[in-house]
Amino acid sequence: MAGVSDAELQGMTQEERAAALGMMTEQLTGKSMYIEFDPEATERFAYPWAPDVDFNKRAEIDAAEMSTKEVNARIRELMREGYGTVVLHNPRGKHSLAVGILNRLNLIIEGSIGYFGVGLIDGPNVRINGRVGWSCAENMMAGTVVIQKNAGSTFGAAIRGGDLVCRGSVGSRTGIDMKGGTIIVGGDTGALSGFMMQRGRMVVCGNAGKNLGDSMYDGTIFIGGEIASLGVDAVTADLTDLDKKWLTRKLTQYELMPEKGVDHFTKVVAGKQLWNYDNLEPNEKKLIL
Amino acid sequence: MCGIAGLIHKGRSSNVGSEMTAMLQALKHRGPDSTGYAVYGVPSEGDYVMRVKVAEADDMARGSKVAGMLADRIAAVDAVLAEHGAKVKAKEHATDYALRYVLSHDGDTGAMAEHIEEADGVEILSMGNGLELIKDLGDASVVAEAYGLADFTGTHGIGHTRMATESDVDIKSAHPYWAFPYNDVSVVHNGQITNYWITRREMERKGHRFMSNCDSELLAVYVAHDLANGVSLEDSLRKSIDEIDGVFTYLVATKDQLGMAKDTMAAKPLVLYESDDLIAMASEEVAIRAILPQEIDTYDPYDEEVRVWQA
Repeated sequence: MAGVSDAELQGMTQEERAAALGMMTEQLTGKSMYIEFDPEATERFAYPWAPDVDFNKRAEIDAAEMSTKEVNARIRELMREGYGTVVLHNPRGKHSLAVGILNRLNLIIEGSIGYFGVGLIDGPNVRINGRVGWSCAENMMAGTVVIQKNAGSTFGAAIRGGDLVCRGSVGSRTGIDMKGGTIIVGGDTGALSGFMMQRGRMVVCGNAGKNLGDSMYDGTIFIGGEIASLGVDAVTADLTDLDKKWLTRKLTQYELMPEKGVDHFTKVVAGKQLWNYDNLEPNEKKLIL
Repeated sequence: MCGIAGLIHKGRSSNVGSEMTAMLQALKHRGPDSTGYAVYGVPSEGDYVMRVKVAEADDMARGSKVAGMLADRIAAVDAVLAEHGAKVKAKEHATDYALRYVLSHDGDTGAMAEHIEEADGVEILSMGNGLELIKDLGDASVVAEAYGLADFTGTHGIGHTRMATESDVDIKSAHPYWAFPYNDVSVVHNGQITNYWITRREMERKGHRFMSNCDSELLAVYVAHDLANGVSLEDSLRKSIDEIDGVFTYLVATKDQLGMAKDTMAAKPLVLYESDDLIAMASEEVAIRAILPQEIDTYDPYDEEVRVWQA
C-alpha cells in the first residue's frame, strides 16, 4: 500500500486529494469529466486506508444467528486482521450483506442472499453459491461477482466497473442506468433491461424481455436469444470481429460459452436520437438530428 | 411497500398458521402497521365459518360505553342469522370486537351476508367452507397470538404485512380482503392501482359493495365478479393485467387454489419456490427462508406472469 495516510489526506485540497487517490479529472466542454487513467501516475490497486490482506489466510462466518450489521462488521474486522479469504455460511436471504467492501478480498457466500447484496463494492472477488435478490451489486465499482443461481430485478443497477456474472436468469431492469463494467447473464433477462444505460457492456445468453435498452445513452448490449421488443431509441447494430473476440474471451472466462459460439448474438446500441446534452438552439439541433 | 406471502401444500395439510406467521414476521420491516392472514382449513361441506368484526381496534379506547355498543352489534348479527335460518354451531370471541361463528345454513349466504352488514359498524371479514380471515393492527406474532393461529392446520394460505400509504391504519383497510359475498375467495396485494376510482365505479354499477377506500379491495371484487360469472381464476388474473393500471403483485386464494399475477412493469417483487409438494412465495426471499432454511432454488416471476396452483 503506497503511503498516503489519512492525516495527509485531510490536509489536502479537494483537487490534491482526488489526484492522490488516483482520480484525475479534466475539463471537457465546460464539464468536469472523469478520465480513466493517468500515464504518469503509478497504478493503484487499493485505497490508501485499505488493510493489506493475505489471500491464503481463510476465515469462516456462520451468519445463521447474526444480523446483517454484525456480518458486515465481522467481514471488516477479518480484513483488518489480514484475512484475504472469507467464507460466509447460512446467509438465508438476509439483505444488504457484504456491502461497501473497498478492498481486495476473496469472498465466498455459501447460500442465497436478499436485496442489495454486495452493493457499492470496489475490488473484491465474490462467489455466491446461491441466488440473489433485487439490486445485487448496485453501484459496483471494481472486482468480480459470480452468482451460481438466479438473480432478482435491477441486477447490477448503476454499476461503474468490474464483471458481474449470473449463471441463471435475472429479473427485470437489469443494468438500469449502468455506467461501466460488464454484466453477463447465462439465462434470460426481463423487461426494460439496459434502461437508461450510459456505458459498459451487457451480455445475455438467453432471451430478453420487452423494451430492451429503452432510452439508452450509450453502451452495448449483446443478446443470444430472442428479443421481445426494443425500447425507445435502441437499435440493432452489426457484430464486429472485435465484438466476437471480446464475447468469446469473456464468456470462456466465466464458462458460459454457448455451444454454437457467439456469431448468433444480436448487438443493441443507442440510436442517439434522444440525445440532448448540449442545450443547442432548435435550428442547430435540427442539423444534428 | 407492503409485504405479501403465500404458500400451498399439494394434497396434504400442514401447520399453515405457524408457517404463515414465520413468513409474515420475517416481512415485518415491509409493513409494521397491520398484519392479516387468509388461511384455509380442511373444507367442511355444509358448515360455514364466518369471521366478523363489530368495531375497529381504535373504538375500544372509547371507554365504558363500548361494552354496551359491542353487545348490541353482536345481538344484531345473531338476530339476522336467526332470521335467515342459520344455525349457530359455535361462536367464539377472538378479541372483544372480532368473532368466529361456525354456521350451518342451506340458503343464500350472499343475501345473508349483505343483511348482516346492514348493522352499524359490522363487517364480515370472511365466509366460506375453509377460509378463515384474520387481520388486526400489529405484527404477525401479536396477531397470531391474539387469534390463536399457532395450531391452525390447513392446505394453503396467504398473508400480508401492511405499510399504509393510500388509506388509513385500521382493520377495514388491512389485507387480506375477502371477495364479498363469494365464499372462500381472498386477496392480498402489494402496489398501487392507478385506475382505482374508474374501475371501482364500474364494479359498483355492477352491484358490488366496497367497505374501504383501499385500492386492494378492488382486486378482490374484480376477481370475485369474474369467478361468479364462470371465468377461471387464471383467466381472471390474466385479464386483470390488461384492465387494471398501476404497479402491483397480488395473490388470490380460493377454496383449493392459489394464484399470482404481476403487472406489466414488474415493479413489485415476488420470489417463488416450487417443489413437488410445497409452493411458497413472498415479497422477499428472507420470508421463504423462515420456513425453509436449507439451500433451495428460487426465482422471480417476470412481468405479466400469471400462475395458478392447485392444493
